[in-house]
Amino acid sequence: MSTIRILVGTKKGAFILTADGKRQNWEVSGPHFAGWEMYHLKGSPVDPNRIYASQTSGWFGQIIQRSDDGGKTWNTPGSSPEELKSPDGMMPKGESNKFVYEGEVGTHKFYDGSQHPWEFKRVWHVEPSLADPDTAFAGVEDAALFKTTDGGKTWKELPGLRGAKGNLWQPGAGGMGLHTILLDPTNANRIYVAISAAGAFRTDDGGKTWKPINRGLKSNYELPDPDAEVGHCIHRIALHPSRPDVLFMQKHWDVLRTDNAGEQWSEVSGNLPSDFGFPIEVHAHEPETIYVVPIKSDSEHYPPDGKLRVYRSKSGGNEWEALTKGLPQKDCYVNVLRDAMCVDSLEPCGVYFGTTGGQVYGSADGGNSWNAIVRDLPAVYSVEVQTLP
Amino acid sequence: MIRVELPFHLRNLARVDSEVQLEVASPVTVRSLLDALEDRYPVLCGTIRDHDTLKRRPFVRFFVCKEDWSLEPPETPLPEAVVRGAEPFLIVGAMAGG
Repeated sequence: MSTIRILVGTKKGAFILTADGKRQNWEVSGPHFAGWEMYHLKGSPVDPNRIYASQTSGWFGQIIQRSDDGGKTWNTPGSSPEELKSPDGMMPKGESNKFVYEGEVGTHKFYDGSQHPWEFKRVWHVEPSLADPDTAFAGVEDAALFKTTDGGKTWKELPGLRGAKGNLWQPGAGGMGLHTILLDPTNANRIYVAISAAGAFRTDDGGKTWKPINRGLKSNYELPDPDAEVGHCIHRIALHPSRPDVLFMQKHWDVLRTDNAGEQWSEVSGNLPSDFGFPIEVHAHEPETIYVVPIKSDSEHYPPDGKLRVYRSKSGGNEWEALTKGLPQKDCYVNVLRDAMCVDSLEPCGVYFGTTGGQVYGSADGGNSWNAIVRDLPAVYSVEVQTLP
Repeated sequence: MIRVELPFHLRNLARVDSEVQLEVASPVTVRSLLDALEDRYPVLCGTIRDHDTLKRRPFVRFFVCKEDWSLEPPETPLPEAVVRGAEPFLIVGAMAGG
């Protein structure tokens, strides 16, 4: 029987939740890296025991951790006992946490509209390659994309991205983070990224050059020009691997889709009670089935009416149904952050999300019913799931 | 031997239980002490001071013989009591966050 492993990043450490394919009885391991902010953990699709983690602190900066045994043990890449016993006796310097922008650092727009120099703060998201466990991408704040090809020992920026009108990007309320990295499974040269508050971008040459793909987005209250080419506060984009030209987006306000790799977006918010929110996910086996968690507003980051409801559309948007069974339907004022929702690949599809109140909810039936896998973790930043044979 | 006390999170990162003892060539300064510390524990590179500029991270402070050395120039020789190991060099996370 398959095993499900959920990697949970929280404000005060990481947790690993495991269950068999029935997804009823869960074991909780953690906290790993207790007391540190764990922004994101994700396993390699090629080698699921290879897991990358972003560990960060306002005091001590960024650390990259790597596990090669499914999360049982961890090392900062390049400093494991084996690697320290190199034949030449040289001690490797700690470079796995070194994120240095390429070339002239330049400036971006600040909260007040003035120009402000780029400053590295943390890694928001690590996206392992679909083909090579030693290759991964890191989305960072201030927004940029970095790549490692040596298992996380060293990281190098793909600077072409910031060339896509980076001087017009600006931080959202949570900072100017590159939070979404989508790799096209049919075309290794095509990558999508999303940045708050800059927009969505696409490369078709492996990351050398990038173009903004924000046509159709409207930001009436966030930008002086609602149709600007860049500057939109995108919260998340998602795709189904069978149709990588179709993307779904949860923007600051509005849920949208594109059917042509981002050349044109159209709104599909339909009958949602609020089209503000953070995560968006696609069902593992039904490319037109998508999930969002409506949040009341950008000023009130909690569910409308105190009811925690996942909304599912089976038509790729516009027509939405509330999924409430097993979720609190009164007095619930948590948020669900952008990296805190995911799906497994079992049949029926499992759906998982974590809240700022420390609950991780799971559904083993595509969202029809939910259970709290764990209730009292620190605020959940990210949830990723691995479906293991 | 120079004695260095690390804050909780850096002790965990470096996988040390208590204070660290280092051999540092004379003259012993904040910079030479941190160089030796990072050579011994490469995982600490970037956590106390910037990789390239070697500037102290804003929320890290240095205490020496009951005095705050955070703003001392890094080339300043450390007191004799630290050099001979009578007093530790304290690396501290700044008080912040309530």
